[in-house]
Amino acid sequence: MMRSLCCHNKTLVMQTARSGDVGRPVLIFWIIIGWLGFLALPWYAIEDGFFAFEWLFDGYPFDTDYAPAAFIVAQGEKLWLAPLVLPLLAVTAVIGRPKSDPLYATILIAASGFGLAWLVLQGFGIGLRGWQFGMLESLFGDLGDRQFGMGYGALFVAVSLLFLFTQGIAARGAINGDVFVVSAIGSVIALITVFVFFPIANMLASAFITEDQSYSIAVFFSKFFDDRLWGLGCVAGGHRCGVAWNSLFLAVSVGLLTTLLGLVFALVATRSGFKYKRAMRALTVLPIITPPFVIGLAIILLFGLSGTVTTFVADLFGVQPTRWIYGLPGIMIAQVLAFTPVAFLVMIGVVEGVSPSMEEAAQTLRASKWEVFRTVSFPLMRPGLANAFLIGFIESMADFGNPLVLGGNYDVLSTEIFFAIVGAQYDQGQAAVLAIVLLSFTLGAFYAQRFWLGNKSYTTVSGKGDAGVHPTMPKMLSVPVIFIAVGWAGFTAVIYCMIVAGSVVELWGLNNSLTFKHYATAFSVALEDNGVRWTGAAWNSFWTTIQIAAIAAPLTAALGLLTAYLLTRQNFAGKSSFEFGTMLSFAIPGTVIGVSYILAFNVPPLELTGTGIILVISFVFRNMSVGVRAGIASMSQLDKSLDESSLTLGANSWHTFRRIILPLLKPAILAALVYSFVTAMTAVSAVIFLVSAEYDMATSYIIGRVENNDYGLAIAYSTTLIFVMLLVVGALQLAVGRTAIGRRKSTGQQS
Amino acid sequence: MSDTINSKAASVRFEQVSKRYGADVLAVDNISLDIEPSTLVTLLGPSGCGKTTTLRMIAGLEIATGGRILIGDKDVTKLPATDRDVSMVFQSYALFPHMSVLENVSYGLSYSGFNKTETRDRAMAGLDIVGLGAYASRLPSELSGGQQQRVAVARALVLEPQVLLFDEPLSNLDAKLRRQVREEIREIQQGLGLTVVYVTHDQEEALAVSDRIIVMRNAAIAQEGAPRELFEAPTNAFVADFIGEANLIPCQIDSVTGDTANIHIGDYAHTLPARGLTPGAATVAVRPSRVQLVANPTPDMITATISKATYVGVHMEYTVDTPFGPLFAVSGEVDDPFTVGQDMGLSFSGSGPVLLPES
Repeated sequence: MMRSLCCHNKTLVMQTARSGDVGRPVLIFWIIIGWLGFLALPWYAIEDGFFAFEWLFDGYPFDTDYAPAAFIVAQGEKLWLAPLVLPLLAVTAVIGRPKSDPLYATILIAASGFGLAWLVLQGFGIGLRGWQFGMLESLFGDLGDRQFGMGYGALFVAVSLLFLFTQGIAARGAINGDVFVVSAIGSVIALITVFVFFPIANMLASAFITEDQSYSIAVFFSKFFDDRLWGLGCVAGGHRCGVAWNSLFLAVSVGLLTTLLGLVFALVATRSGFKYKRAMRALTVLPIITPPFVIGLAIILLFGLSGTVTTFVADLFGVQPTRWIYGLPGIMIAQVLAFTPVAFLVMIGVVEGVSPSMEEAAQTLRASKWEVFRTVSFPLMRPGLANAFLIGFIESMADFGNPLVLGGNYDVLSTEIFFAIVGAQYDQGQAAVLAIVLLSFTLGAFYAQRFWLGNKSYTTVSGKGDAGVHPTMPKMLSVPVIFIAVGWAGFTAVIYCMIVAGSVVELWGLNNSLTFKHYATAFSVALEDNGVRWTGAAWNSFWTTIQIAAIAAPLTAALGLLTAYLLTRQNFAGKSSFEFGTMLSFAIPGTVIGVSYILAFNVPPLELTGTGIILVISFVFRNMSVGVRAGIASMSQLDKSLDESSLTLGANSWHTFRRIILPLLKPAILAALVYSFVTAMTAVSAVIFLVSAEYDMATSYIIGRVENNDYGLAIAYSTTLIFVMLLVVGALQLAVGRTAIGRRKSTGQQS
Repeated sequence: MSDTINSKAASVRFEQVSKRYGADVLAVDNISLDIEPSTLVTLLGPSGCGKTTTLRMIAGLEIATGGRILIGDKDVTKLPATDRDVSMVFQSYALFPHMSVLENVSYGLSYSGFNKTETRDRAMAGLDIVGLGAYASRLPSELSGGQQQRVAVARALVLEPQVLLFDEPLSNLDAKLRRQVREEIREIQQGLGLTVVYVTHDQEEALAVSDRIIVMRNAAIAQEGAPRELFEAPTNAFVADFIGEANLIPCQIDSVTGDTANIHIGDYAHTLPARGLTPGAATVAVRPSRVQLVANPTPDMITATISKATYVGVHMEYTVDTPFGPLFAVSGEVDDPFTVGQDMGLSFSGSGPVLLPES
């Protein structure tokens, strides 16, 4: 088998080609971007929107509204932008130097670090009304000028400086000088700082703002210790308790109930001879495709004042129908219905995770079925129970749709926040304080879940095949468990039937004649000479939703997978806090995101409210943790030696990411894409703060219909959404199923 | 034939290299070694001894936390894997499952500044070397384990690396194939004059393929030398026992004359090379094959009793009770084996047993 390589003995130039000046074109690219931003692009945000290009023909480049920074400064205005030329000049001077020169790294870091700092300081220091801080005003006197939100120019300069900074850090030898990895870490940190930490910190600060715009701790305390928040009236038999207690009580109850039901379903699905248990797994799809408030609407159709059950009972016993469902009972039923599938999903993993061989060992040691369950199976599931409880707790705390639809007089934090912002009171400080309380609850639960339970899992499934079979439940357990599971599954089925039924009924409970007029109002289409005209009332928000979700989904997936790559494949200082920061967004309720975005991005330097961009951004950072988790799960299944062999073959980490990791991650990418698309379509809590007349989303449109008591249209629209998403998820399952098989085939004999 | 190739084989030099993970895990502790160009050197040791970490530091997959690493004359201590002229064959082969065999072998070439036709020609030549030219368009999953192994070798080979690394390349193959593939690897290495560093925990494999063996233990080098040297003249009890097993028996050196030492174990006296040791307590290492058993003891022998007898086909394995504890012995006599409980005379063969410092 030995043959000669005689014809291929040219001397190789490999070594010099590889290591020498690979980074140079990238460096020059970012420097050009920086100059472009400073010299050629409008520095400030364009009023007409990010994607409107009228400015090109309208006074550019001399009109201050459209002028690049260089032109503004050249005209002697806004001289605080002038220092930005220094870092750009400095980094340009670096081009001639070799990478190994210590000055190369030092200049890059110092110059771009200074540039970024200056950019941020001037952005926050000078706003719509000149100096932003009284201190600056007294120090420098009245500025006599002002500035608007940052635009293309500022964006280009900021991005350029950021990547030049990471190039400098890489040149100093961080991560073995890997420019791609350092840049990736830098950009993820920058994005999370700007779009998660900055808004939250800003919101915290605004809790301390008094009416005359100065800061005061007293204001915070007076709002924080308000009786509406912490009052204990209900315990003493008085009227009502504080919203914080309401939320806490609701979340704890919902957490307990969903955990219990999740366990019941999981037991039926894995440890019973129940015939239809496969069908029960279909339950797990429901929360993905159901907009959160739809359950609430169906509950109203059943138990509301003119609901089916209410009127039936009233007729039967001759009692007056009541509004008992509005308030705690309604919210609780709706949330338990909505979140039980989530708990089921968690518990199924836990229940299946208990190694069958442990249970079989216990059986061979002469324990009866009941004793096996009591002494082995259940104790091993306990950490999973706590996990499911905390997830139910967080979901309930963060839920906005159901309390809004069904709340009645039972106020909870998430809706209170909404009313503090949009209601007559318009009290940003109040909203901020409420959001802080809500955030502390969910973060507390999140923290407990990660650090207290994180290492306490007893799930014993290893990569190796475990040949055993789970024993079935003992009889005294299986009978009540199956009874409860079937009952609750039936109830869920009824609820979903109600949704469909409610959409084709004239006016529920009063005029039960069949009609498609709600669909017609929402989705009518007229054929005219010049094509199709979308005449339905819902089309506008429907297409906006699809469009925003379609833009957000790939961004979410990309950011999530990139982060997952960094977390699973790279080691760097501060990695654990990096991980914590990226997963944090899971614990931040949508309402809190919404409020903090409104507070942070309504004023310069980043003016985004009222645009579609802010909706996209809010989705990306709300759903990022999903992409991260999907990415981590599938990347940890890819043998690390694949990357390593690519590296030893001379590919750098970017080539490795693009040519090895991404192609092998296709199923995960697809899943992350579809999941973020679907959640973007069903989200309501953050969206409702951020929509504008131009960019209305389906969910907020539906909520608006509900508030006008236009239930028919709202339900018809919701039904349509459910079917659209069912279609999307179904298509995904088909596609991923096929890809997964393809991959298994191609990796089959690998190890 | 292969002398027409421009071998780029280079030496590898470690100068007091350490690798630390976090504050308290010391994976490699201050080791120095020299690997000559165009030799095959094996890193041998039990799992967790630091041999794989050492290999990965040559590759640049781990960066040393102390010391200097030189490949050829170039200091590569801080250079990442991408920029080192080293390739590696992984234990799992790490073939990219979504690329054909040819694409796998071309992968590294495409990052080395070759144009398309040259890349293809070189990759095909590499596949021809391992005898898989006909399989170029297959996916890795469509090959047998041994063939995948060869693709991995070809992929590393075509880059004409200064150093070629093998991380336990045979551990996923069955016993028969293992012998064949290791001979092929040795043949290619010698034919092309490559510098190869090879990690294994199988001492027989190490003895068979290596020019030199570096035995590692607890993050440090236990002994280094040619295979025969390690087997016949281990300098410490660990190496004696790890390579080819040994009975380690405490003994007394009575006197040393020239290069010869007279020792006794209880009443049993023996003479063997002194290896620089002086009279006093010492250890003697005796290979199981050098323990001789006879049914009729003479007075100068050790009296022993067979406590276990195991038939393993080619030979018999015995555990023997002696006044100084149990010994392990093997005997080629399988037709008429000794039986359990039988009293024996035991002696050591004239050559073979090795004196070691007291352990």
